[in-house]
Amino acid sequence: MSEAAKQLVVNLNALAAGLFLLTSFGIVAMRQARGCLQLFIAQSLLLAASAALLGLRFDSGHLYGVALVNLISKPIIVPWLLRKVASAELYTRREIDQVLNIPTALSIALGLAIGAYFLGVPLARAVGPEYVGPNVPIGIAGLLLGALTLTVRREALPLLIGLLAMENGAFLAGISIAHDLSMLVELAIATDGLIIVFIVGVLVRAVAKQVGTTAVGELARLREGPR
Amino acid sequence: MGIFYAFFRDEARKKNGTRRQRQVSERILYNLLQVLVVMAFAPLVSGVTSRLKEMLQSKRGPSIFQPYRDLWKLFHKDEIVSEDSSWIFRFTPYMVFVAPIFVTLLIPVLTSYPLFFAFMGDMLGGGFVLALGGFFATLAAVDTANPYGPIGASRTRMVGFLAEPVFMIVFFTVSFVAGSTIPYIVQQKWVTPIANFFAPSHVLLVLAFLMLILAEGGRIPVDNPSGHFELAMIDESKSLEYSGRGFALMKWGGQMKFFVLLCIYLNVLVTPWGLAKDQAFAGVLLAIPLVLFKIFCFVLVLVLIESSLSKLRLFRITEFLGAAFVTSVVAMIAQLFLA
Repeated sequence: MSEAAKQLVVNLNALAAGLFLLTSFGIVAMRQARGCLQLFIAQSLLLAASAALLGLRFDSGHLYGVALVNLISKPIIVPWLLRKVASAELYTRREIDQVLNIPTALSIALGLAIGAYFLGVPLARAVGPEYVGPNVPIGIAGLLLGALTLTVRREALPLLIGLLAMENGAFLAGISIAHDLSMLVELAIATDGLIIVFIVGVLVRAVAKQVGTTAVGELARLREGPR
Repeated sequence: MGIFYAFFRDEARKKNGTRRQRQVSERILYNLLQVLVVMAFAPLVSGVTSRLKEMLQSKRGPSIFQPYRDLWKLFHKDEIVSEDSSWIFRFTPYMVFVAPIFVTLLIPVLTSYPLFFAFMGDMLGGGFVLALGGFFATLAAVDTANPYGPIGASRTRMVGFLAEPVFMIVFFTVSFVAGSTIPYIVQQKWVTPIANFFAPSHVLLVLAFLMLILAEGGRIPVDNPSGHFELAMIDESKSLEYSGRGFALMKWGGQMKFFVLLCIYLNVLVTPWGLAKDQAFAGVLLAIPLVLFKIFCFVLVLVLIESSLSKLRLFRITEFLGAAFVTSVVAMIAQLFLA
């Protein structure tokens, strides 16, 4: 590969990572559960793109494997599973509420993303000369923003998506550090994610059936008698 | 600015005597040609936009030359000015009309090299001059004591002060990435080498600036440009009290402002190709249809956006511009993360 083509691939990877960060912000701020899910799908596609581009850059079959696993499990199987187990929550309700209002949540998210710079850059420097691109700091930012989503949301499904976004962030950082992760690990992580989705989906359905709502933020106190 | 003066000085050193004088006169000429192009084609952009919008709704829509006819009609009508208004009301249409023309002198509309008046300001300066026109329009809306004027004026200010930090971050990021806020230097940065075009900071800046154009141009997720309901107006209600020539100038000025914003957006940020590279007159003339083609492509995207989204509630505009702010900040930190 020529030097210019290498530079182009590196920049495209950086672009995928930058858009990945933008979708993480979107997941924090989006009002609709369905919009959250769509952003998560976009995020997973960008993660797959980043993995494929890094695979191209380093000639690594394992990274293509990561891309393929991500392409199949997250954008296709996760929505399908959620549709099966919790479709009412996703497709009938429109607005969901948050602990903090959206501008506040976004400002905190910006602070976290800038904080990720201080966490990520020394880490990336420690990897060595073969590391390229902004994947590590952006992956850490994705992790932190997923955690923020877990904190500010009060509904079960966005909470689940926050959890999955955290996993995506860790993945994005991981693929740029370890170019040849063994395939077994990748598959294990992918199935783990699916099992989480399945369990939480069933849980959401059970909660909705028992309590009549999925606003789990309001279920913090024990109370006797009818609600 | 230092780079810019150095550019001019080197240019001057390269050339001698009469040849240089001829080039300077050519540069003044091209600068005036730019102004003429902006004045002539700004109403066309508005006409094409409304026509395409109607066509997308399966209607026929007015002719694309309707804005010209409107301007012609308004210029031949009597002007009525309220007795209670002050000089600001009479002065504002000229200000609104002239501000985009001043900015046209500064930015690359047809050429990729700076023209005669371009040394007067960078992108930030252009933004300030445009804001001055908006400032006077707001004052004039309050001036007449028409009840709808101040509503629209305060709402425009609300959108304005939410958009302001985004503009600032966008310009900071541009100067951070390209090392300058002079549009002629910035536009070279994205295409040499071509890999720079796909840098995350560039693409995210393009996104953030698009949202800014929607907000500043009073386009649909923020404001409905074709709405006629005074209580829901944001941008439009500022010119409610104007009639005749004043109204024509306000309208034409608004269309030129939009045209100028598009020129900055397309020629500097999105597609810095197709501009005249040397001083040949034919090349500069050829740049006119190319620029119009770029603007047409943008208008297609704009019409799609406007037809597929609905207008946001007033207090959701904060969130829209918050999203623009986040996008611009992400553009900046993505550049930091690369290092």
